[in-house]
Amino acid sequence: MHEMSLCESIITVLEAEAARQSFSRVKHIWVEVGAFSGAEPESMKFCFEAVSRGTLAEKAVFEIITAPGQACCFACGDTVILNERFDPCPRCGSHQLQVTGGEDLRIRELEVD
Amino acid sequence: MCATCGCGSGETRIVPLNIGTDMDFKPMSCGHAAHAPGLARSRIVQIEQDILSKNDALAARNRAAFAAAGHFVLNIVSSPGSGKTTLLERTIRDLSATFPIAVIEGDQETSNDAERIKAAGAQSIQINTGRGCHLDADMVAKAYDELRPSPASLLFIENVGNLVCPSSFDLGEQARIVLFSITEGEDKPLKYPDIFASADIVLVSKLDLQPYLQCDLELIEENIRRVNRKARIMHVSARSGEGLEQWYGWLGNSARQRVA
Repeated sequence: MHEMSLCESIITVLEAEAARQSFSRVKHIWVEVGAFSGAEPESMKFCFEAVSRGTLAEKAVFEIITAPGQACCFACGDTVILNERFDPCPRCGSHQLQVTGGEDLRIRELEVD
Repeated sequence: MCATCGCGSGETRIVPLNIGTDMDFKPMSCGHAAHAPGLARSRIVQIEQDILSKNDALAARNRAAFAAAGHFVLNIVSSPGSGKTTLLERTIRDLSATFPIAVIEGDQETSNDAERIKAAGAQSIQINTGRGCHLDADMVAKAYDELRPSPASLLFIENVGNLVCPSSFDLGEQARIVLFSITEGEDKPLKYPDIFASADIVLVSKLDLQPYLQCDLELIEENIRRVNRKARIMHVSARSGEGLEQWYGWLGNSARQRVA
């Protein structure tokens, strides 16, 4: 359940941004959750609702943008999309892969008052 | 129509040209509070911030503090019960004459592990995370300040036993050790790929139980390699001492290199 502390970190970032960019309420938040970020999108939604109560983001619409897992294959040289870290290269079947994307957890955009 | 929420559809409104200077913010017939006519009060802010940015910044600060103090710091993660504390007790008994060793212990409750480490002969401090499922960089910074390890210590951070959550939280360590006991099943790296992908070293442990378990050690290695091509894999038993020379050799070399 580290999604709870991830959501607490989101609130901390929002509070700092509210002071910096002069807004008092967050109405909508778009968060990118990479397939290999270690966070579960549904759990993030559930936790955000709980930790945002009484904060500037209470009742904000929490929207998740999922980012696929991406890797570079050393065997065939292609950049490929992976569903799981341990999947083989979908083109050549090799496991000589270096993950290059899908590990991010980022707040992308906010709609604020 | 109100541009803020779309209420009052069909109403004719006069939008003043000097928006923002002299407007009449009367409550609207829709019952909403005053809206700026023809002007959306909400705005979109692009922030592109990493959710873990605060933890990552604190971890970077820890890393700099460890380097400045000449401490070589390792983050040890595993399932509960895979033998982290037992391995540390043995390591302390065998190495504390060579290196000063200190341990930051993380558990939800009790200071049992910190007591065991102290009895083995190392400085220790316990973090109880309460409902928390992992250590973060802030907890480690506070414990480190309190512990004040001796100069040139080898500092182990024993994370909360959990193969999921600790993978996302950088503590400022110089290397991450994943302990994987052979009682856990050959496919553990595939079931918990994120933590294995983040390892610098995988210690395959409880090797003394191999006669009873007959694990497929090659399959274990193959499964680790499927999620992590680079990690160094070592096989150890804290009970029989098997493989510990390699572990101690790596610790000694790395500590000397990093601290020098």
